[in-house]
Amino acid sequence: MSKVRVLVGTRKGAFVLESDGKRDKWQVSGPHFAGWEIYHMKGSPVDHNRIYASQTSAWFGQVVQVSKDGGKTWEAPGGDIKIGPDTLLKGKSNRFVYDTSPETGKPLTTHQWYDGTQHPWEFKRVWHLEPSLTDPDTVYAGVEDAALFRSTDGAVSWHELAGLRGHGTGPQWQPGAGGMCLHTVILDPSDPNRIYIAISAAGAFRTDDGGKTWKPINRGLRSNYIPDPNAEVGHCVHHIAMQPKRPGVLFMQKHWDVMRSDDAGDHWKEVSGNLPTDFGFVIDVHAHEPETIYVVPIKSDGEHYPLEGKLRVYRSRSGGNEWEALTNGLPQANCYVNVLRDAMAVDTLDSCGIYFGTTGGQVYCSADAGDHWSPIVRDLPAVLSVEVQTLA
Amino acid sequence: MMVRVVIPPHLRTLAKISGEVQLEVGEQATQRTVLDALEAQYPMLSGTIRDHATQQRRPFLRFFACEEDLSHEPPDAPLPAAVASGKEPFLIIGAIAGG
Repeated sequence: MSKVRVLVGTRKGAFVLESDGKRDKWQVSGPHFAGWEIYHMKGSPVDHNRIYASQTSAWFGQVVQVSKDGGKTWEAPGGDIKIGPDTLLKGKSNRFVYDTSPETGKPLTTHQWYDGTQHPWEFKRVWHLEPSLTDPDTVYAGVEDAALFRSTDGAVSWHELAGLRGHGTGPQWQPGAGGMCLHTVILDPSDPNRIYIAISAAGAFRTDDGGKTWKPINRGLRSNYIPDPNAEVGHCVHHIAMQPKRPGVLFMQKHWDVMRSDDAGDHWKEVSGNLPTDFGFVIDVHAHEPETIYVVPIKSDGEHYPLEGKLRVYRSRSGGNEWEALTNGLPQANCYVNVLRDAMAVDTLDSCGIYFGTTGGQVYCSADAGDHWSPIVRDLPAVLSVEVQTLA
Repeated sequence: MMVRVVIPPHLRTLAKISGEVQLEVGEQATQRTVLDALEAQYPMLSGTIRDHATQQRRPFLRFFACEEDLSHEPPDAPLPAAVASGKEPFLIIGAIAGG
């Protein structure tokens, strides 16, 4: 019988939620890595027992953890290397060092700071882990300060895909309020050389040669704080979603504005339509209906909570512009939580399940594509990320 | 030279140890030789106390011994004799911060 496993990263640890295909009774395990911030966890699509987790702390820095048994036990890869009498091996799984080698063109080591001056690139944490679609040992990491790293040995060691940071626009990238983070990594299932990423606040980029070179894909985005209406970079993209069965079509929740592209990001058009506010963080696509998309509108950039205290998911069945509020089972009064950019996911069961987590510690599930919602858990620490695995 | 080291609870969990750590540090006990020995014995702690790239102490961690704050001492300065002899532990403390 089908099962689902929901991976929840929070401010104070990780939680694993499991249910059968009915998705009405749940087993909760955790907190794993209690007391640490878990920015993201994601399972390998080719080995469901392989899960990668970003464990981070303002005190102790970054650790990457890996489970090979579906989240029951965890290890920091490289952390158990035996030391020989003449060998001083260091743990490497948390070693994210920017590539400044001549072989990769000596990528720039500064970017724009809040005051307009140049500021050194400084590694802070891993925001997003994206396992390979074909190899369980290969995984990508989007980090702050913005860069993309890849491991091909199960997260033991990491190497930067330096062509991204070396893009000529690098000095114009600048941090958003949450830091200068690379938060979205999308692998194209139809083309192993094509990867999409997004950075706050630089915008979206695409590589078509496996990460060697990158191009900004921000044409059509409009940001009021950027004087140039055709600015190539500087946009605060919050999240991008793609349905794997239709990889050329992308949906974006920008700081303000919900956008779509039908040509792999080369051009974008706004599809905010009748949304009550088009500020927000999450966006996702139904697993079987490529024109059905979901957002959670947030009041404004200065007030990060739902409009009128009503937690509403909005669904469009037409790929944008025409939206309907989904409220059944969600609090419709006095609700002032936020839903962060990586905190929504969909399963691939026949009746598509939609999941999201809030900064109030709730994780909601709809087993019928958004028509009805119920909380799986209500009182976790603030939720940073939600991913779901559909298990045969 | 055997040195006793106390690390914060979160790092004890990460390294799967309890209580103090005893480390052989060679002929001289300094912050650097102690941390090198700690990371050699527990590789998963690399990068958690000192930044990987800069080798600088993380801002929210402090080093104490013999009721003295040694956080701003040079990394190659000798630690107090009581630490070097194993009489007193070298303490790595998480700062009270964040609220």
